[in-house]
Amino acid sequence: MSMVEEWREYLPDFLDGLGVTLQLTGASLLVGLPLGLMLALAMTTPRAALRWPVMVLVELGRGAPALVVLYFVYYGLPQLSLTWSSFTCATIALGFTTAAYTADIFRAGIDSIPAGQREACQALGLSHGSELRLVILPQAVRVVIPPLIGFCILLYQGTSLAFAVSVPELLSRAYNAASITYQFTAALTLAGLVYAAISLAAVALMRARWPRRAAKPAIAEPA
Amino acid sequence: MDTILRELAAGIPQTIEITLASFAIAAVLGLPLAILRRSPFWLVRMPAVVIVEVLRAVPPIVWLFLIYYSLFSSDQVRLTTFQAAVVGLGLIYAAHLSEVYRAGLNAVPVGQWEATRALALPRLQTYGRVILPQALVVVVPPMATFAIALLKDSAIASVIGANDITFHAVQLTQQDLNGLANFTVAGLLYILLGVPFALLARGSDRVLSRRLAGA
Repeated sequence: MSMVEEWREYLPDFLDGLGVTLQLTGASLLVGLPLGLMLALAMTTPRAALRWPVMVLVELGRGAPALVVLYFVYYGLPQLSLTWSSFTCATIALGFTTAAYTADIFRAGIDSIPAGQREACQALGLSHGSELRLVILPQAVRVVIPPLIGFCILLYQGTSLAFAVSVPELLSRAYNAASITYQFTAALTLAGLVYAAISLAAVALMRARWPRRAAKPAIAEPA
Repeated sequence: MDTILRELAAGIPQTIEITLASFAIAAVLGLPLAILRRSPFWLVRMPAVVIVEVLRAVPPIVWLFLIYYSLFSSDQVRLTTFQAAVVGLGLIYAAHLSEVYRAGLNAVPVGQWEATRALALPRLQTYGRVILPQALVVVVPPMATFAIALLKDSAIASVIGANDITFHAVQLTQQDLNGLANFTVAGLLYILLGVPFALLARGSDRVLSRRLAGA
């Protein structure tokens, strides 16, 4: 039962760490989601001069390991006199990774809208902006929400990488507690349980709300 | 630029070894997990479901720490960083691949299963001659995608001290303080190493679906 006693001792500190983990997840989403949407819109424009650089950026963000992106921001950007706290570095790096991944999700959502919808907008003489705002995006949102939530769960787990640049998040707290008490099993198991509890709860909620099945055609219900 | 490449290239073998070894473990262990999870018996299915969900619900870096620092480290047994990374990533990706296999098995039409039963084919032949060849068509492209994800996740092995590309990039940066260039090259190396898998995915997809269409 000594493990449970260890846990009782760790818990307040770990919950603080969980708070940092959740803040980092939220901050990365706040940076990454709007950027991801903008990248997706840029990738779906007919203008090649805009499309290609953005596609390269997205491939870089998806192709390089998130840890390498994080180190790039943390160790590299200070050379350009851009020096931030480790939390900000982690937010920028994970935000960029988020943008790259969600850009692809948003693009798939936008591409899933039948061409007839766009043609109808043109026939009605809607501007490009109103076409997106009134017709395309409201339908695309339905398609992208389940994969976006799936990504959020991955991001929540991915914030553990910030340990490598010593952000005081959950894993860092567990590692520090373990190196002080030498109870690696107890500390790391508790951290694992906290990660698993929230991930599993989120997955369960998602599956209850969006059961796995073939995606509904985006056009099925009026907005 | 030359020095950077030379330094980081020293980590390429370990990155490739971790990726291939974990992928081999994952590809083998994933299949029994997928088959158990399709069992009609609750008692058989449940452990597989729990294993897969728990493996995927904990961040990879936490698994590597657990394996390296606690689960397999006693005074007698001590895994090397390489072994810990391979075991950890192998298990996590076994869970991911089991879901890919399951989707592949589910993609085989029910009529095929019924036909094997009507012909009274033994179980081994049912899987070996009928089900798996058809499931393969669906399974190879997502497997290649997971191989790329695994390649990228292998970077976290550097955190427990594996001698891979990322580790070398960190070491080099601590000497020359040129993180901008070092990590750019490191990132590009990972992207390049992923290209064969991406080509494999596309090529196998084309070959297998053509074979299916021809059959």
